[in-house]
Amino acid sequence: MKEIYLDNSATTRPLPEVREAMLRTLDMDYGNPSAMHHKGVEAEHEVRMAREAIAATLRVNEKEIVFTSGGTESNNQAILGTALARGRQGKHIITTAIEHPSVANTVAFLEKEGYEITRLPVDRWGLVSPETLKEAMRPDTILVSVMMVNNEIGTIEPVEALAKVVHAANEKTIFHVDAIQAYGKLLIRPRSMGIDLLSVSGHKIHGPKGIGFLYIRDKVKLSPILFGGGQQRDLRSGTENVPGIAGLGAAAKAICEKREEHVAEMIRLRDMLAEGLAALPDVTIQGALGAGLKESAAPQIISASFADVRSEVLLHALEDRGIYVSAGSACSSNGAKHASATLTAIGLRPQLREGTLRFSLGIYNTEEDIRETLAALAELLPMLRRYTRR
Amino acid sequence: MDIKFFLIKYSEIAVKGKNRHLFEDKLVSQIANRLHAVEGTFEVTKTAGRIYVEAKTAYDYEETVDALQHVYGIVGICPMLQVEDNGFADLCAQVTAFLRERYGEDNALTFKVMARRARKSYPMDSNEINAKVGEAVLDAFPNMRVNVHTPDIFVNVEIRERINIYTEVIKGAGGMPLGTNGKAMLLLSGGIDSPVAGYMVSKRGVYLDAVYFHAPPYTSERAKQKVVDLARQVARYSGPIQLHVINFTDIQLAIYDRCPHDELTIIMRRYMMIIAEALAKKNGALALITGESIGQVASQTMQSLTVTNEVCTMPVLRPLVAFDKQDIVELSEKIGTYETSILPYEDCCTIFVAKHPVTKPNLNVIKRSEEKLADVIDGLIREALETEEVIEVTP
Repeated sequence: MKEIYLDNSATTRPLPEVREAMLRTLDMDYGNPSAMHHKGVEAEHEVRMAREAIAATLRVNEKEIVFTSGGTESNNQAILGTALARGRQGKHIITTAIEHPSVANTVAFLEKEGYEITRLPVDRWGLVSPETLKEAMRPDTILVSVMMVNNEIGTIEPVEALAKVVHAANEKTIFHVDAIQAYGKLLIRPRSMGIDLLSVSGHKIHGPKGIGFLYIRDKVKLSPILFGGGQQRDLRSGTENVPGIAGLGAAAKAICEKREEHVAEMIRLRDMLAEGLAALPDVTIQGALGAGLKESAAPQIISASFADVRSEVLLHALEDRGIYVSAGSACSSNGAKHASATLTAIGLRPQLREGTLRFSLGIYNTEEDIRETLAALAELLPMLRRYTRR
Repeated sequence: MDIKFFLIKYSEIAVKGKNRHLFEDKLVSQIANRLHAVEGTFEVTKTAGRIYVEAKTAYDYEETVDALQHVYGIVGICPMLQVEDNGFADLCAQVTAFLRERYGEDNALTFKVMARRARKSYPMDSNEINAKVGEAVLDAFPNMRVNVHTPDIFVNVEIRERINIYTEVIKGAGGMPLGTNGKAMLLLSGGIDSPVAGYMVSKRGVYLDAVYFHAPPYTSERAKQKVVDLARQVARYSGPIQLHVINFTDIQLAIYDRCPHDELTIIMRRYMMIIAEALAKKNGALALITGESIGQVASQTMQSLTVTNEVCTMPVLRPLVAFDKQDIVELSEKIGTYETSILPYEDCCTIFVAKHPVTKPNLNVIKRSEEKLADVIDGLIREALETEEVIEVTP
């Protein structure tokens, strides 16, 4: 059976050049970058090349890039590292109601430790307003953390406008952006956009799992959250994951070089899918895309709610035809419903929340994938809707 | 002094007469099987009404005891010292050395010596041995005291061809050795009850087959994996389980289409029993096992159980029938299935559950409803049986 993979916001298939870079560092340049001998120098060179390639995609200095174990660690490092370094200057942190759990649960931990958290609301399309942020800013605000692209509905937050509000209100406040769904899709220039910290994950951009990075603007001091041998300028101890880093470097380079081309194609497929979905009975597109606000809609994510269908059932029915998507919230019979924070925050009623699927594109998707997916949905929906709990 | 021997205690009441021989041989082979997966080499022997496990190489004590605790038929496991008979003075020295090793020089335990003289030619009788060994212990450990009624430890001294010395009896799983009571077919869902029911019946020496009813896309691959995981946990006690996965979707949809919705569950359960019995017959199982408990849910009232039972000619074993939910939960925690059982992968099957199902179904009414399926049901059942997936689940 042909495989149609439309879950690229969960993870992506690595590029051939990623595989090549990783094999090279597994087979040949396998040294420890901290070792004094030649094998160490080779491995250190791999790390340096990757760091430079990544820095170039953001037009920043390579010293501002710290490798982590992925998006979750980048977000934890950004938030905990700021809180630990600046806890004496203030204990107020601002974030939004639709953050990924790696941000939401990290600030929730700090809340228990005595920090005060403001969670900005979003409108029904998932947008945060700069005015609301302005009102929330305080002299003791040490950190503002906002995602650039929401992982569930694909709404692009007005990060540049938010950064201006933050820096105008309090020049000491650090502005962190979770760019895990944005990097490689949107043009990101941390310096001119006023971003102090930026989190990126490798496997969302056709790179390897278990690797990511955090951009830390020069002169921003973070406390480490891992302690040990003092690698990566004392900020992130632990022998560098050289194969992961080499793979991430290769992915970042390849994806960012062809970004405009890829994005144009994704937008074409996205709009085709969105139009096809909207033409099916009782389907609503969520997020900025649903409102027709295309400039605020990420190129790769389509969130669609199917009335009178359980998303999990539809997901498995699609899976039977080789089509892989993801569901916002899983249904279960023992009451342990994990309602999605994002879908709740945009005010979606529970019945629609439980019928919401996310389709997410990657560079390998084709027009045929979209056509077949739409055809499968057109066939499955009436069948599944016949068997609905009465 | 490393433990090299374990004395295996088993319940002798259950094995009077001619069966005893069979029982012991099964137990020996089950122990040997189980220890096969454990690091090290062991010899399991049966001598003069005693089963011994002897470690022939280095081994992991905790792992070995844990493995033995999963063998049905064992009541107690005694880590033991076995010594040659080099005279009574040497025996006393061995006993005190054993106690010193296990409890230390300064322990203040109370004890009672329990001598057994299986070799009647030994020059002293049991009472004499008790008294003399007791004296030696008192001399060697200034803080130990004799207590003949409720001692902290019993110092067991068994005079056989060689001499066994042990103080500790680790509780075993009890029950009967596997393979002494045939095989039964367990209806295994992803819930808390059915794995416990399987455990309880297998404890009586019954091998298990299991059947799981899968309803894709309404139940997910992970829900199926969860059932496989549960079967694997039960298999740690019951030995390998052949798991039959039956695709039940078409039958469920047919029932949903044609029958009254408040009867969905009861009709569905009747067809599950029919399929389970067919599988049981085909695979040489002599009974069915379910995790039903009276009144727990609508489909398990006395009336419902009666209506469900009506389709079967085989005995349906319901070991939990009179258990409270809390007791079942405690057992599932004990055997290690609880955490898996409560994982929330189940199941969008809830669409097949009416909001107000019948609690007192009438057999004639149900049969009339089933007539609406008459033209398709035999074919659907045949297809379900023909498309079964068989998974060999080993611990």
